[in-house]
Amino acid sequence: MWANLKSLLHYRGLIQALVSRELKARYRGSVLGFFWSFVNPLLLLLVYTFVFTVIFRPARIEGLTPYALFLFCGLLPWTWFSSSLLESSSVLSNNANLIQKVPFPADVLPCVNVFSNFVHFLLGLPILFAFLIYYRRPLSIYILFFPGVVLIQIIFTMGFAMFISSLSVHFRDIRDLLANLLTFWFFATPIIYPVTMIPESFRWVLDLNPMTHIMMGYQDTLFKGQLPHWKKLSVTFLVALVVFYVGYFLFDRLRDSFAEEV
Amino acid sequence: MAPAVIVEDLTKLYRKYSQKRRFQTMKSALIKGDLFRQLRPEEVFLALEKVSFTVEKGETFGIIGSNGAGKSTLLKIIAGTLRSTYGKVLVDGRISALIELGAGFHPEISGRENIYINGIILGLSKKEIQQRFDDTVRFAELEEFIEHPIKTYSTGMYLRLGFAIAINVEPDVLLIDEVIAVGDEAFYRKCLDKIKEFQWKKKTILIVSHALGMIKTLCDRAILLQKGRVKQIGDPRMVVDAYLSDVAEKEERELSRLHSQTLEQYVLGAEAKPEGEAHPPATEYEKKRWGSREIEIREVKLLDKRGQERHIFNSGEPMEIRMTIYARKKIKDFIFGVGIFNSGGISCYGTNTHIEKFAPQEVSGEGMVSFKIERLDLIEGTYFLDVAAHQIDGTPYDYHRQLYTFRVKSLIADIGVFRPQHQWSFSPNISFKKM
Repeated sequence: MWANLKSLLHYRGLIQALVSRELKARYRGSVLGFFWSFVNPLLLLLVYTFVFTVIFRPARIEGLTPYALFLFCGLLPWTWFSSSLLESSSVLSNNANLIQKVPFPADVLPCVNVFSNFVHFLLGLPILFAFLIYYRRPLSIYILFFPGVVLIQIIFTMGFAMFISSLSVHFRDIRDLLANLLTFWFFATPIIYPVTMIPESFRWVLDLNPMTHIMMGYQDTLFKGQLPHWKKLSVTFLVALVVFYVGYFLFDRLRDSFAEEV
Repeated sequence: MAPAVIVEDLTKLYRKYSQKRRFQTMKSALIKGDLFRQLRPEEVFLALEKVSFTVEKGETFGIIGSNGAGKSTLLKIIAGTLRSTYGKVLVDGRISALIELGAGFHPEISGRENIYINGIILGLSKKEIQQRFDDTVRFAELEEFIEHPIKTYSTGMYLRLGFAIAINVEPDVLLIDEVIAVGDEAFYRKCLDKIKEFQWKKKTILIVSHALGMIKTLCDRAILLQKGRVKQIGDPRMVVDAYLSDVAEKEERELSRLHSQTLEQYVLGAEAKPEGEAHPPATEYEKKRWGSREIEIREVKLLDKRGQERHIFNSGEPMEIRMTIYARKKIKDFIFGVGIFNSGGISCYGTNTHIEKFAPQEVSGEGMVSFKIERLDLIEGTYFLDVAAHQIDGTPYDYHRQLYTFRVKSLIADIGVFRPQHQWSFSPNISFKKM
């Protein structure tokens, strides 16, 4: 397993090439092309702004204005997380010809998913920052923690993607299961609401959810401009490592069955 | 010379697909690294069984066998895309597998980008791809289209590009699985040239193919697989011959089975019917055999020159059609006839005793009618045989309509219905070279 993990690092070039293929192919033939990566989050943000300032006005919560921007801080990384996982549930069967016909390191494929969605996330960030500045949110020194949170999310998502992609070769049900799980998970994570809205007695449930701490990490460093809860984040980091280990372990164990089963 | 590929006791089991009870518990799966419980023998399919061979460096090695013999599985295991169940495979050097051309092409992006990505997938560095880029494009003859998305390519362009990329990897060991047979003649020639260039460079090549002529001319040695086992290894000419006689044997078995099945269904058992009684009104049956049965054809055999029953004949060989007949009473008005039809339903030859001026005298009881063909000068193909006994006015006693099948094999690919004995000769100013 460790040798395979090491060789995964050697395939950086391959991952890079496949990610760029993925991105190029996605916008090929569209008029705006790469520009869509900016336009999509921008439109999303505008829609939320409209909904939450004109139609549906949530009770003013201290420090949560503008609400749409708060929402966006969580929504952008969540989209990265959930699309990576959804795509990884079919990535191996979609690339069956690669796995069966060429000697090809299959573990590269879920990584490509995570990273191509990561690129979309990165391209959404300028929009987020532009609005943070526009609304004069305090950009503080704590923004230095932001890359750390991103790193935790990368590790966590990759582990999960490995887990899901390898299992879904054998159980096709996982795709449908996952879509429902992600909806549930979305609402069980403080993205559309601040964690303070949850009654104290239920907080522990949210605390068990690693995504809670990752999302709060973004909200703290970007939106609130305050020091993130670094103890909880450190634990989340360890959890992410464990998830990655388990995910990769499973993937590695099942690797030989892929060529016959996809 | 050092071996480039060593295959030792290679066995591959496939699990037969069934929905039920596919998995053992997750726990033992993780501990043993095997997701499936121990399978019972009837649940597995043995694709390869104890296959061992060694391919020396610089050798061109052919792999032949009928469909399902395990050729592609073997190649995939050597390529590393499949894992063997038991046994091991050692390969010395970089492998490039032409198992499927253009695996991993993305239809939306250009040929240029696909060359880069495919090269990386095949294990080249960016720099290496850059160096080979022009060669690749030239070989694929895609200079004009290289910036177009691959989805606009024709099948031929797609194949050429796939082949060009894989071949320009400069592998030490090249695996080819029947891929070059799919292109047109020009592409095929080009691939052959490239393979010969590889041979000249002393690279190791493993070819799976049904193009037996190619195996004979290109390969240094060949292996014959049969149902996952090694049947023969050695000189390609001998191995191909062994394969061909295997195929002929199998075909003979098949035809002979068909023949006895036909006899069973239409001819035997029919004798128990009392005279004059109508046969079951099954129309299918009536189309194949009809008549009053006053004279009955009870058995039909095709014999070769040694009197052995056979169903495959070489063009020009002798063939005997032997009928066992039975007349229920003394009959004075009778004719025996035979007819040969090709698979297109065209009558190739037909004759009877009346046409050939045999005046019938009398027949009674069991007898034998033999029709000997000295030279079966038919072209290659499948033929059907009519045999009949009837009255001079055509009223049938027993008519067997195309019940019997035989095949004619020929080394010459001539066309038409039959092959008249012939000779070519030319005036001295027309010259030929022997091919």
